[in-house]
Amino acid sequence: MKSILFVGVIAVALMFLFPMAQAKEIVKVGLIAPLTGDVKTFGESSKNAFLMAIEAYSKTGKYQITPLIADDRNDATEGANAALKLITQDKVFGIIGPLTSKVAIPVSEIAEKNKIPMVTGTATSPKVTVHNLKRKPYVFRACFIDPFQGSVAANFAGKNLKAKTAAVLYDVSNDYSKGLAEVFKATFEKGQGRIVGYDSYQKDDVDFSALITKINLKKPEVIFIPDYYNKVALIARQIREKGLKGVLLGGDGWDSPELVKIGGEAIIGNYFTNHYSPERKDGIAEAFIEKYKSKHGRVPDSLAALTYDATMIILGSLDKAGTAQPEEVLKVLTALKNFKGVTGTITFDQNGDAVKSAVILKVEKEGPKYMATVNP
Amino acid sequence: MELLSYILEQTINGLQLGAVYALIALGYTMVYGVLRLINFAHGDIFMFGAFTAYYLLSKWDLPIALVFPLTMAVTAFLGFLIEKLAYKPLRTAPKISLLITAVGVSLFLEYFLSLEPLFTPNYIGFPRPFAVIHYNLPLFTVTNIQLLILLVTAVSLFWLYLLIYHTKYGRAMRALSHDQEAASLMGVPVDGIISLTFIVGAALAGLGGILYAFAYPQINVFMGIMPGIKSFIAAVLGGIGIIHGAVLGGLIIGLSEVFVSAFLSSTLRDGVIFFILFLVLILKPRGLFGKRIDKV
Repeated sequence: MKSILFVGVIAVALMFLFPMAQAKEIVKVGLIAPLTGDVKTFGESSKNAFLMAIEAYSKTGKYQITPLIADDRNDATEGANAALKLITQDKVFGIIGPLTSKVAIPVSEIAEKNKIPMVTGTATSPKVTVHNLKRKPYVFRACFIDPFQGSVAANFAGKNLKAKTAAVLYDVSNDYSKGLAEVFKATFEKGQGRIVGYDSYQKDDVDFSALITKINLKKPEVIFIPDYYNKVALIARQIREKGLKGVLLGGDGWDSPELVKIGGEAIIGNYFTNHYSPERKDGIAEAFIEKYKSKHGRVPDSLAALTYDATMIILGSLDKAGTAQPEEVLKVLTALKNFKGVTGTITFDQNGDAVKSAVILKVEKEGPKYMATVNP
Repeated sequence: MELLSYILEQTINGLQLGAVYALIALGYTMVYGVLRLINFAHGDIFMFGAFTAYYLLSKWDLPIALVFPLTMAVTAFLGFLIEKLAYKPLRTAPKISLLITAVGVSLFLEYFLSLEPLFTPNYIGFPRPFAVIHYNLPLFTVTNIQLLILLVTAVSLFWLYLLIYHTKYGRAMRALSHDQEAASLMGVPVDGIISLTFIVGAALAGLGGILYAFAYPQINVFMGIMPGIKSFIAAVLGGIGIIHGAVLGGLIIGLSEVFVSAFLSSTLRDGVIFFILFLVLILKPRGLFGKRIDKV
């Protein structure tokens, strides 16, 4: 009884302190992210950042935001169901996410059909914003796309690591993994390198011994593994257990604290391409990193940083539009230029993709270490 | 020479995988033998074994010599429980009800255990209690994990062989698989023997779960589905209901998976396995070792 009274007193006190809170119009915005499943740290990071962005917006924003968070388990069907529920039942004005391309592609079709703006922070497959060469006008992203990322990785292998031979291992059932593998192969071969192994596996595979023994015959200097951290850690361990020495290289799917936890010694000292480095020296980034650290006890990864930017972009557009009508918000989004975010300056190109530089990080025990920046 | 050592190394890879499939396939085949039931929950018992080992190793810090028997005891109890709660009440019901119940038990185990306070739907790194050691033989290398898997599988097969062909429980099991009614008239305790079959099958699945997690140190609640399906194919391939058929089927599946990836393409792998299954079923509908209808 006492505690109920106490809560009541606080509530009344708050009402007096913030009389404006009542006056603001309430709008809903949804986040679709993998909170459980094989890439759950992606979901956790982006959920933290999403709520932080809404909190930051609420201090000055014109609207009161109700955040809705849906779990997609990194599964296309779950993601599509979550999107339909957010749009038709909860009536959100916009969607943040999904984080992985394989979920973002089907969800983008739903957003498109229902005419709800969607901004994904981290889905890098070109198919998210473009379908059969046709732009999906309601879909945007705050990150670069895989043709760029794959070529950055291939050039790093050829020029910085001076590798002459490389092998590629990718998940054939995942558009993200497949797309990166193709670009890497094409770019690496163009740079006079030789691809000595190009093999795929399925999503649920755990035994890579046959593929690794096969690759081991060719002794490649670099092995490119464009997949998410869980699978990468497992493959890396088996690669080292088979005595294969080449440098491992990957994409932004590696960005998780779990990578080192599961991969251990096998993964340390290898490289991946990413969207931003937590060592970034920039006013907005440093402020965000400090705040995230004090709130969640660890350095924000690129999933957190990009989801923060994506959320800020859509909320900023909402304010500028002055209405939660999806069409009006869309107009502002389409015209967005030079948005100053945690991960850099964001301007959407004709496909709704952000044109940004990539960084190369080295996996270290304490966290990823910054190596180089590559501009598009 | 290089090709030979490559083939030998890939053979070891295939045997490692096949041995685990064989352990799981035995459970399918034994249960089918006595009950004419395809126990779809078997792959999930395998998963339960891997998780039990995970908790014993990482939360309780038990030595590996204790982890094996304890895990097998836990999965054996789970198998016993599943039979008592889900299958026994349906003993006289049509076979199709039993089959559908088995699918239900499988889905129940997967989705109930994936709840947050239980196993969670996340991928968990499995703490291997020992380091990997390579033994460089003249032609190929083996690891201590591969040796462990092959050794443990061989020992448990030998033990199973003794149980089935040289004890009265084994004789009762075989009698049940021939004719349940006649066996019960001869004084075979039907319920007890069926329970025993589930217990032995589930213990072997638990063992498979530990070995699998040692070899591929990452576990999640849905990890039993694919090995379950592959082992089921192995059991059908060898002739369902036949012990040595299941073992051979497991090894064939494991070896063909590895060799298709090694010499053709890894994308073709599952396609080729199912093609082998079609071929065997067309040429020998009862599997490689199957003889007559309704006989073990």
